[in-house]
Amino acid sequence: MQTADILFLLLGLGVFGFYLGRGRALAVANPLGGIRQLHSLPSYYGMHIVICALIPSLLLFGLWIIFDSTVIDGLVMGSLPETITPSDNASYSLLLNKITNVASGIIPATGQPQALVDASAYKLYLENLSRWSLTTLVLMVSMSGLVWGRFKVQAKFQARQAVEKVMQNMLFGCACLAIFTTLGIVLSVLFESIQFFRSVSVYDFVFGLEWSPQTAIREDQVGSSGSFGAIPLFAGTLLVSAVAMVIAVPVGLMSAIYLAEYASKNIRTFAKPALEVLAGIPTVVYGFFAALTVAPFLRDLGNDFGVSISSESALAAGGVMGIMIIPFISSLADDVITAVPQSMRDGSLAMGATQSETISKVVIPAALPGIVGGIMLAVSRAIGETMIVVMAAGLAANLTANPLESVTTVTVQIVTLLTGDQEFDSPKTLAAFALGLMLFIVTLLLNIFALHIVKKYREQYE
Amino acid sequence: MNTSNIAEKEPKTTAKLSSEQTLEIEDNHITVGSCFSDNPKMTMRNVNVFYADKQAIFDVSLDIEKNEVIAMIGPSGCGKSTFLRTLNRMNDTVDGCRMDGDICMDGDDLYAPKLDVVELRARVGMVFQKPNPFPKSIYDNVAYGPKIHGLADSRVDLDEIVENSLRKASLWEEVKERLHQPGTGLSGGQQQRLCIARAIAVSPEVILMDEPCSALDPIATAKIEELIEELSENFTIAIVTHSMQQAARVSHRTAYFHLGKLIEVNPTEQVFTMPQHQLTEAYITGRFG
Ligand SMILES: Nc1ncnc2c1ncn2[C@@H]1O[C@H](COP(=O)(O)OP(=O)(O)O)[C@@H](O)[C@H]1O
Ligand SMILES: [Mg+2]
Repeated sequence: MQTADILFLLLGLGVFGFYLGRGRALAVANPLGGIRQLHSLPSYYGMHIVICALIPSLLLFGLWIIFDSTVIDGLVMGSLPETITPSDNASYSLLLNKITNVASGIIPATGQPQALVDASAYKLYLENLSRWSLTTLVLMVSMSGLVWGRFKVQAKFQARQAVEKVMQNMLFGCACLAIFTTLGIVLSVLFESIQFFRSVSVYDFVFGLEWSPQTAIREDQVGSSGSFGAIPLFAGTLLVSAVAMVIAVPVGLMSAIYLAEYASKNIRTFAKPALEVLAGIPTVVYGFFAALTVAPFLRDLGNDFGVSISSESALAAGGVMGIMIIPFISSLADDVITAVPQSMRDGSLAMGATQSETISKVVIPAALPGIVGGIMLAVSRAIGETMIVVMAAGLAANLTANPLESVTTVTVQIVTLLTGDQEFDSPKTLAAFALGLMLFIVTLLLNIFALHIVKKYREQYE
Repeated sequence: MNTSNIAEKEPKTTAKLSSEQTLEIEDNHITVGSCFSDNPKMTMRNVNVFYADKQAIFDVSLDIEKNEVIAMIGPSGCGKSTFLRTLNRMNDTVDGCRMDGDICMDGDDLYAPKLDVVELRARVGMVFQKPNPFPKSIYDNVAYGPKIHGLADSRVDLDEIVENSLRKASLWEEVKERLHQPGTGLSGGQQQRLCIARAIAVSPEVILMDEPCSALDPIATAKIEELIEELSENFTIAIVTHSMQQAARVSHRTAYFHLGKLIEVNPTEQVFTMPQHQLTEAYITGRFG
């Protein structure tokens, strides 16, 4: 039986269990004088049966699916005769691949060594066995859950609490899953970074002024000894982000002020969704807009004025990134500005302040912590932004503060280090993890700081 | 059983009839009592106010005398706040709010096209129902108006204005040690006195108060009432209140509003001892509201 069939069968059992439980509860209730005599509503008894029938069997199903191929592969490889047992990891997986291919018929069995053909037959047999035992076991577990749940249906049984408890645990499980996944990613990045720092010292990485990750592949190669100073990358990132913020902060803030304080209802209902559409444009679109439209335009403009602007200038990448961030800032700022109580505005207007005085002297100062928090979140977004800079920023790690020149960023370098054919244990590749770790730490700190400020601001009016 | 039923029925019907006759406002209702004055600070004639299509104030005419405290009472939703806010044009800030009629202060039309609202609001200050100090220091709260209107030439001037205003609002002794701490850290009653200090810092001629004590405890309320009495020596005060005792304690005249109409205006004593209009009587004896 195929896995999908098993799932459908389980689903059917669940539905059946629900009606069984509900019907049984009604039957129990009738002689007692109606469902009022039951502890819980009849549908809770139904749900309880569904839980009994599905949760253990689905758990078993999942675990089986996850582990069965590992177990089978182990058994198959163990069955091989001494003579062709692989010695190292690489040939082990090569051989395993071959067996799998023979088993599935991708490679014809004729002409292969007999031991290999035997092993592939063994593998097929094991897989078949596994599937059948899975089907039987899962259905048995599910059925016994169903029966057990059916006997639990009694007037005194607290089905509502039981269901509630399972629900709570399920939600808790999902939350844990999200947290553990994140934790796993962080740990793996950390682990790879530690490997990297075995070959390059932390000090050289964090404070080094030169970045050229080309390492010698062969012993006799000259040059390219590889230097991993991250400063130029972070400087480039900061430059691009700074350009982005110079554009995004004033424009975003002012459009937020306009929307929150001046715009009529009609304009608001039109402009807010329009800004949100801007936020929904995929960054890759911004990327080619930056690379194909803005950058050449800036370069030509520079030529007209006799200034040389690199065609991969920080200005182009940062400028387009700024445009991308405008809606982010404006919607955050709009929220905090509208959260300033109307009574503040009334108080100021009643003192004879004009609307713009009210905004600049009362509303914005009151909203400032929230606005600063929003800007901080935007900065951490700019720092982590990848697509635009990959397409529009340069690759050369120049240490410069001139936005007309080409710089590279941390994210761009991570992408270039990891694309193409790579050895996964060379310092060059591992450097990507170290960069990722640093980026993660920087944005994490920024976010914590920003959230802290935003929270503090919230407390002010509650 | 039958007999008692009949005995009860008779007086009930008559009571109902009489209340129907008297508690109804005629369409062309004319305010009873003394709504005009020989020495008016503000004069309002035939004022109507509309929110979009809904009329909130119907044909109200009233004078506010120099240096008097006039109280406005009435059931909630009867338009007291709306009316008060026409006096410093705060209704301009409400979308769809429109008014017609004449409102003059010292003979100048407040709704004249070239009137400067900024200047008007400096002359007519306002204190709100809920204390609304700005999230700034106590000092900056009081200095806000003088700074905006350029009333102080130097820091020393400003210090003096702040101190005087806080003294007049009888808050100085309590806050002089912590002028540079946030105004939002004060107690509710202190915050409201801070708002009063903020309003009088620009030396207005009229102060409007919209239920200034409704968010305060009795002790803070008593302090504000005391303050209103002191302020009435220098300012003209119009106060909206939902507490009849408060109106009786602080005001010289009382205006009773009902469903957007001004029913009766009379010296406070008279309103609370022998009201002229049945509706006023019904309200102050607690039959509705
Ligand atoms: N901003 C507004 N928009 C529409 N209607 C309003 C607004 N403010 C008040 N009103 C209406 O005007 C009437 C008078 O309100 P208000 O002056 O606040 O009464 P009061 O202060 O006496 O309780 C009420 O019926 C109220 O619903
Ligand atoms: Mg009101």
